[in-house]
Amino acid sequence: MAEEVVLLDFWASMFGMRVRIALAEKGIKYEYREEDLRNKSDLLLQMNPVHKKIPVLIHNGKPICESLIIVQYIDEVWNDKSPLLPSDPYKRAQARFWADFIDKKVYDTGRKLWTTKGEENETAKKELVEIFKTLEEELGEKPYFGGETFGFMDVAFVTFYSWFYAFETFGEFSMEAEHPKIIAWAKRCMQKESVAKTLPDRQKVYEFALDLRKRNLGE
Amino acid sequence: MAEVKLFRAWSSPFPLRIVWALEVKGIEYDMIYEDLSNKSSMLLQYNPVYKKVPVLLHKGKPISESLVILEYIEETWKSKTPSLLPGDPYQRAMARFWAKFGDDKILPLIWEAFIKQGKDQEEALIAAHENLKYLEVELRGKKFLGGETVGFADLTFGWLANLVSVFEEIAGVTLIDHEKFPLLLTWMKNFMDAPKIRETWPPRDKLINHFRALRETLIAKEPK
Repeated sequence: MAEEVVLLDFWASMFGMRVRIALAEKGIKYEYREEDLRNKSDLLLQMNPVHKKIPVLIHNGKPICESLIIVQYIDEVWNDKSPLLPSDPYKRAQARFWADFIDKKVYDTGRKLWTTKGEENETAKKELVEIFKTLEEELGEKPYFGGETFGFMDVAFVTFYSWFYAFETFGEFSMEAEHPKIIAWAKRCMQKESVAKTLPDRQKVYEFALDLRKRNLGE
Repeated sequence: MAEVKLFRAWSSPFPLRIVWALEVKGIEYDMIYEDLSNKSSMLLQYNPVYKKVPVLLHKGKPISESLVILEYIEETWKSKTPSLLPGDPYQRAMARFWAKFGDDKILPLIWEAFIKQGKDQEEALIAAHENLKYLEVELRGKKFLGGETVGFADLTFGWLANLVSVFEEIAGVTLIDHEKFPLLLTWMKNFMDAPKIRETWPPRDKLINHFRALRETLIAKEPK
């Protein structure tokens, strides 16, 4: 039976990018469908009625939602190459914990840089610094968060690299200066074809974020 | 002394999920109760990122975040039945989806409806019901979200079975009514009757006192 894989996504979404990287790592052929988030397709609303969000992976007609759940699904179904989660249960738990940390902390706090002003914005900046410091500590001297090989946690976080320029510009700081280990790690990941071909141009992302900020703050 | 230790707070629903998983699988463990207003140095050492319970310690190595711990238990004690997650990857993805939905949407909204008053409470309740509708649909034709036996997603929603009636009594409001959510209420009853569930949850009167006091403190802190 031919596998039918469709991905409903949005070019700038760091969550959608995670799925694209996973699919590329596994060499899976799929149909990419770009969603207009201000005019969501009937298919998206039908496939993800609960959240109405991208990414949604549709595999042989069945939808899977939530980026990290999709990446685990891809890893479990196409388990013949490029494993993303390690085989040891403790290491798997660590990978899941840190991927969840990215979702809980990096996205929500980073977002505040272009959705808030004044004191709230300042607090968000300080929190983001702490978050990146924690991540650098976790990375330590390892080449990847997963250890010797690129894995689940790397997939979860590397997609934010395309947004770092936006973070830096809004937050008025330099990732390279403040968090050099993270930049070194990201550049190492960018040497992988799956990552390099997936991550969009940072200037484009910044312009998109600028537009989001205008709409959020009415500037 | 067991090679598994669980750091918990007696009233918190998150560690209770882990208690249920360990009990249901017959895994021996030691319980370490934390006073959340005075956290032990051990807890802070084992969960420096969030400083929260639950933390599972297995052969000296800590795992934090309840859903991560549940997956770890499932993968480590593979031979211990019942399985919490199905074998089929699609069904596993669904179980994970519903568990995350519960924690991201249902729990915070029900909590809001419990601790707020007036218009804020009304709005939280409406949002909670909007989201609970999806759960009600998902329960059609199922005894548990996991199928015939309690599974990963059921354990994650388990707090509904013991805390909703506590919240309703304290706040004097119906959070889940039988007209709108008959399947959910049936699920809550089936869950509470499942092995090891009710016998391990905290006594109701203690929960009422605890959450009543907590609610009063939070209400007092609200800007007028």
